[in-house]
Amino acid sequence: MLRPIRIIPFAILFLVTSFAGIAARKQENTARAHSTRAEGLTAWQQIYSVMSHPRCINCHTAGNYPQQGDDRHRHLFNVVRGPEGKGVPALQCATCHQSSNADSTGMPGAEGWHLAPLSMRWQDATDKILPSSAVCNTVTDRAKNGGLDGAALIKHHQTELVKWAWQPGLRNDGSARSVPPINYEQFMTATRNWVQAGMPCPQ
Amino acid sequence: METFKLTVNGQEKEVTADPGTPLLWALREDLKMTGTKYGCGIAACGACTVHLGGVPTRSCVVPVSLVGNRPIVTIEAMADDPIGRVVQDAWISEDVVQCGYCQSGQIMSAVALLKNTPKPTDKDIEESLGGNLCRCGTYLRIRQAIKTAARQLT
Repeated sequence: MLRPIRIIPFAILFLVTSFAGIAARKQENTARAHSTRAEGLTAWQQIYSVMSHPRCINCHTAGNYPQQGDDRHRHLFNVVRGPEGKGVPALQCATCHQSSNADSTGMPGAEGWHLAPLSMRWQDATDKILPSSAVCNTVTDRAKNGGLDGAALIKHHQTELVKWAWQPGLRNDGSARSVPPINYEQFMTATRNWVQAGMPCPQ
Repeated sequence: METFKLTVNGQEKEVTADPGTPLLWALREDLKMTGTKYGCGIAACGACTVHLGGVPTRSCVVPVSLVGNRPIVTIEAMADDPIGRVVQDAWISEDVVQCGYCQSGQIMSAVALLKNTPKPTDKDIEESLGGNLCRCGTYLRIRQAIKTAARQLT
């Protein structure tokens, strides 16, 4: 039978190695968390590059009207937001925009064409695009985004209206509208990676 | 060329046209319904407004291939429409028209507004008809006629 005096050094050694192991694991977890957050933030910047593109942000305005064109000018023809973001009774979005692009007339269109609600504005009152952190905070705030969690945000990015940004059709002079800086597959990969990383937002 | 079946003012019609042909030209050229006017061709003036599936629509930018089975209602049907008739009477009593070119589009938009908003305010009228241009500047009389029609309908 071992005497207690002989056990003590082993116990101390055991405790020291255990604590060292826990500390190392903690450090590793922290490093992994940092790395995951960093990856998530990188993915977010890709998402933001799409969201701040005219094909997307022109309908995420802060005012009473949508915008048009790569210069994001106020929508012509006195178009206004209306109570549900679909225009007003005799001048609705659907007065011109159909369920698909009309390349023969230059009219863009997709299913469910409408303005994003004011709670999802990505611009300030002077039409200046909000910084990445502000847009991220808006997109992740379920009180503002219609109660969407990560999975629902992924689903939102798969709607026809979002996909339209990569197939925006032709202008009435026959030239092609510009598209976001990354392709749709890259956008969806970035969205999934960002959601998996816990939807981190830049400071 | 393709053949499209259209329901215009309750009647079945057939049009053989290139799928990209604007509905306006199917109405005017193929069906000889010239009450709907060509103004700008880019949805900027509202002269070509018809009701498509109940929605006031700029027929100059909607290809005939995208109409589908939605019913089309044009200015020619307004005399038999309970609201359209009252609006046309108000247009006459308020002496709205000057040259008249834009007025079929103005009336189609006014009817769409009154079907949704029986007692429109000045703001409602300005917003809903803000995309219908009148080069004669008859806007004040248009607004008055819509209010007259609204009074008679309520």
